[in-house]
Amino acid sequence: MSDWKLMVRQLVKNPLSLAGIIIIVIFAFIAIFAPLIAPTPEGHRDPYMIPRDGYSATPRPPSEEHIFGTTEGQYDIFYGVIWGTRSAFHVGLVVIGIVLVTGIVLGSLAGYFGGLVDEIIMRITDIFLAFPPLILAMAIVAAMGPSLKSVMIALTVVSWPSYARLIRGDILQVREEDYIEASRGIGASNFRVIIRHALPNAIYPTLVMASLDIGAIVLAAAALSFLGLGAPEGYADWGQLTSFARNWIVGSSTNPLKYWFAVTIPGLFILFFVMGWNLLGDAFRDILDPRLARR
Amino acid sequence: MKDLIRIRDLAVRFYTYEGIVHAIDDLDLDIRQGETLGIVGETGSGKSMTALAILRLVPYPGRIESGSIVFFDKALGRELELLKLREGRMRAIRGNKISMVFQEPGAALNPVFTIGDQISEVYLLHRRQELGHRAKQRVDSLLKDGTGLAAGMRKPFWRWQHRLYNKIAQESNPVEPRLLSRLPLFRRLLWRLRDEANLLTVDILKDVEIPDPARVAAHYPHELSGGMKQRAVIAMALACSPELLIADEPTTSLDVTIQAQMLELFRRIKVDKGASVLFVTHNLGVAAEICDRVAVMYAGRLCEVAGVEEIFLHPLHPYTKALLDAVPMPGKELQTIPGVLADALNPPPGCRFHPRCPSALPMCQQERAKLKEVSKNHMVACHLF
Amino acid sequence: MNALVDIRRLKKYFPIVGGVLRRPVGMVKAVDGVSLAVKRGQWLGLVGESGCGKTTLAKTVVRLLRPTGGHIYFDVPDEVKVEIEELESLGKNSDKLTSLLKENDLATFPGSRVRLFRRRAQLVHQDPFTSLDPRMKLKDIVAEPLRIHRVLSGEASKTAVKELLGTVGLSAGQMERYPHQFSGGQRQRIAIARALATKPEFIVFDEPTSALDVSVQAQILNLLKDLKKEFGLTYLYITHELLIAESVCDYIAVMYLGKVVEMGRPEEIFHAPRHPYSQSLVAATPVPDPKRRVGRIVLPGEVPSPANPPPGCTFHPRCSRASDECRELEPPLEPVGDDHYVACFHPL
Repeated sequence: MSDWKLMVRQLVKNPLSLAGIIIIVIFAFIAIFAPLIAPTPEGHRDPYMIPRDGYSATPRPPSEEHIFGTTEGQYDIFYGVIWGTRSAFHVGLVVIGIVLVTGIVLGSLAGYFGGLVDEIIMRITDIFLAFPPLILAMAIVAAMGPSLKSVMIALTVVSWPSYARLIRGDILQVREEDYIEASRGIGASNFRVIIRHALPNAIYPTLVMASLDIGAIVLAAAALSFLGLGAPEGYADWGQLTSFARNWIVGSSTNPLKYWFAVTIPGLFILFFVMGWNLLGDAFRDILDPRLARR
Repeated sequence: MKDLIRIRDLAVRFYTYEGIVHAIDDLDLDIRQGETLGIVGETGSGKSMTALAILRLVPYPGRIESGSIVFFDKALGRELELLKLREGRMRAIRGNKISMVFQEPGAALNPVFTIGDQISEVYLLHRRQELGHRAKQRVDSLLKDGTGLAAGMRKPFWRWQHRLYNKIAQESNPVEPRLLSRLPLFRRLLWRLRDEANLLTVDILKDVEIPDPARVAAHYPHELSGGMKQRAVIAMALACSPELLIADEPTTSLDVTIQAQMLELFRRIKVDKGASVLFVTHNLGVAAEICDRVAVMYAGRLCEVAGVEEIFLHPLHPYTKALLDAVPMPGKELQTIPGVLADALNPPPGCRFHPRCPSALPMCQQERAKLKEVSKNHMVACHLF
Repeated sequence: MNALVDIRRLKKYFPIVGGVLRRPVGMVKAVDGVSLAVKRGQWLGLVGESGCGKTTLAKTVVRLLRPTGGHIYFDVPDEVKVEIEELESLGKNSDKLTSLLKENDLATFPGSRVRLFRRRAQLVHQDPFTSLDPRMKLKDIVAEPLRIHRVLSGEASKTAVKELLGTVGLSAGQMERYPHQFSGGQRQRIAIARALATKPEFIVFDEPTSALDVSVQAQILNLLKDLKKEFGLTYLYITHELLIAESVCDYIAVMYLGKVVEMGRPEEIFHAPRHPYSQSLVAATPVPDPKRRVGRIVLPGEVPSPANPPPGCTFHPRCSRASDECRELEPPLEPVGDDHYVACFHPL
């Protein structure tokens, strides 16, 4: 237990990591209390579809009624970014969750058993890694039809190989340690050795990468949505909102920043979200390295 | 005869995350000329730290807090306060007048350079003048005997070299070669120095009984066995005929039969080179084999110093006695020392050994004993004496 | 003959892979035909330098490595062993032979039988700083064998852990701590407590004190003596320090380059060694006695690589008594006295 306490204390001491934690906590707060912060209007069926106030194509600037203004098609930006936080967490955590599980399972099998199992799994990851990730993701989404679900599937498919490789490398290293041999010596089955001994000692670098990646996944999802390959129109998703703002980025000929709110506000939400996870991931990495070195 | 090294009141402390560790506390020790002094102790005794402190190589977060280490430089005939020297002067001493052999030969050798290159480096660092002198002589003989067209074409070139090496041989660090070594094309003018260093390297490898030294010098460290690597490291240490050779557990990582060869080598070095040796070890048997005097340390403090026969036949300090009893010998009952080694962060007050001492007096808990000369050449730090 | 562990002509070779296709280009003959018997209640010391194969032998005896050849009989009655030897000498690979081996030869045990074996035999590693899982608490480390073999659980297992810790001299109050909070000697005690959890009969020690200080080493050796007496254990003790073996073992075997070169009682090996290697080993061992310095026989040369052992007697390149016979033939292990065996054509 003192292990964890020490880690938490170091996390809190470092101002950057503290900033990261605070940012994530604020976002989590927003996501949990979305219905209270931006209540769904009466009669609206799907809370994830942003309510429209009219059908005009021109975005309207922030006003009393619409705190952040409206975007093309009169979708309320405030509602969009608040509920978009939920989508962001949804996408990030689900994708990373599945990727972690898949990567850990395949990577540990490959690393621990070596030989043929290792070769097969590694060649499979090679095949996946041969494709440029964003292009492959776009192809998958285009084939499955644009929706948030296909975005998540595409990102899962594209991200798992790196995790499998990372875990495999760490397991390879841990496998040679004496205590692994000692566990086999007392009669532990291979399963037990991997789960109880090898993984807990090998997993920290992977966890660091995962926390850094949540931000990257959300960014990739936003990119896909921006290109129109993501959530359906009007869905409460940050990328979706920026996609609406595509035509209005440059604004009118006289005032280029006229419609700044349409792209900047969702953009800022994306930026801070990703930054928060990045800071957190960096902090994790920093506290793990010196601890390992000190021991 | 003056003592070669005089350590007085040395204190080395480590400022760690968990607290202050007194690695060495109030150490008084002398190393005489031409003697092999052994420092014996267990983990945390401060023996390795003493060796590092003499060379001012104490690693962070350790610091030499106070005290004095006086080194008598035989060549200069002067005493030097090592702890007050500038780093530049200290570097001139390391590897030259005082050199060190570490425990792991594999770790002490750079894996990407050949053995010969690493030993030559020592000569190039410390014996530039001598190398310059030899190179000059060689070029001299070339100028004298060189005949023929090819020689005639090279003569001006050689004269230029001759002037250069003459300069190196006379001054300690002249400007010309320093400039030249920076300019890519002209660096080759200094290659003769390297060649001379290589010749000296082969000589020193022969001295440490490495078979076929010219061939071995071209090998990389990973191509040699542990014993050969350790010999190479010893060759590096002996290259400039140091006045003090510090050996920090040099045989601990070697097999017993190889260790026996190493100890023979150390004995021969003692006789041939006349250097003093500071031999740090935790193995009492090795200390008995090779040392003239033995110092026993516990928890950063010196317990007892005496001639090797005295200390093994008539140990006075309770820790020394207990340590000798704990060494497994055939036919002898194994005596253990009760308790655990003193905690480095929170050592016991007064005498650090008192919680485990069978003859502890009440005053041992309050104050520590000072080092006293009990009989000729036999000093103990204990209240019993 | 009441041998608890009977090792016959044990071999363990490691293939050297080389080339692009990674084919085996050679063999490291770590253990090359070792025959040993450990009697019940005996403390057998296996002495040798690095590269002689003693650690490999230790790990192979407890089946952490799969033997390349030979037999390991653990608590097998003599009649069965005799039968197997007979069947083998006939040369045929009969079904009876295979089934007998599967039943009795540890070298060919299937996984399930190996698990049963693990309750009766344990290995204590050399380095206490790496042999304990750094992320496990002390109580979990010691209780793990109990959990794996489903011997005890819950409260009963906690009591057993407390008892085990007490046996090895650790206090139960430290159960919640992690390995890095303990010293080397304490960690080795934890490893020993873990080895004792399933009440084994046979424990293999791989140089358990080489990483420890002299005073701690003495404590651990005395602990091992007490435990052996209290639980009636049988020890196979690997070490490179002859002094330790002499001081605590009942019987000593000296290994060189994968083979046993001499076996005998400690007093005989120390005071009257018959194999030239044992003699130089004894002579090279420094003792804390400043008078014992002269007349040391310093062995020339280096230990050859086990991938390329010299032909005939593996010791002949460094032996002062080597003859032509030694260069061509391998000397068998022969009796030269009361329970004293030497593998040499010209024993001292």
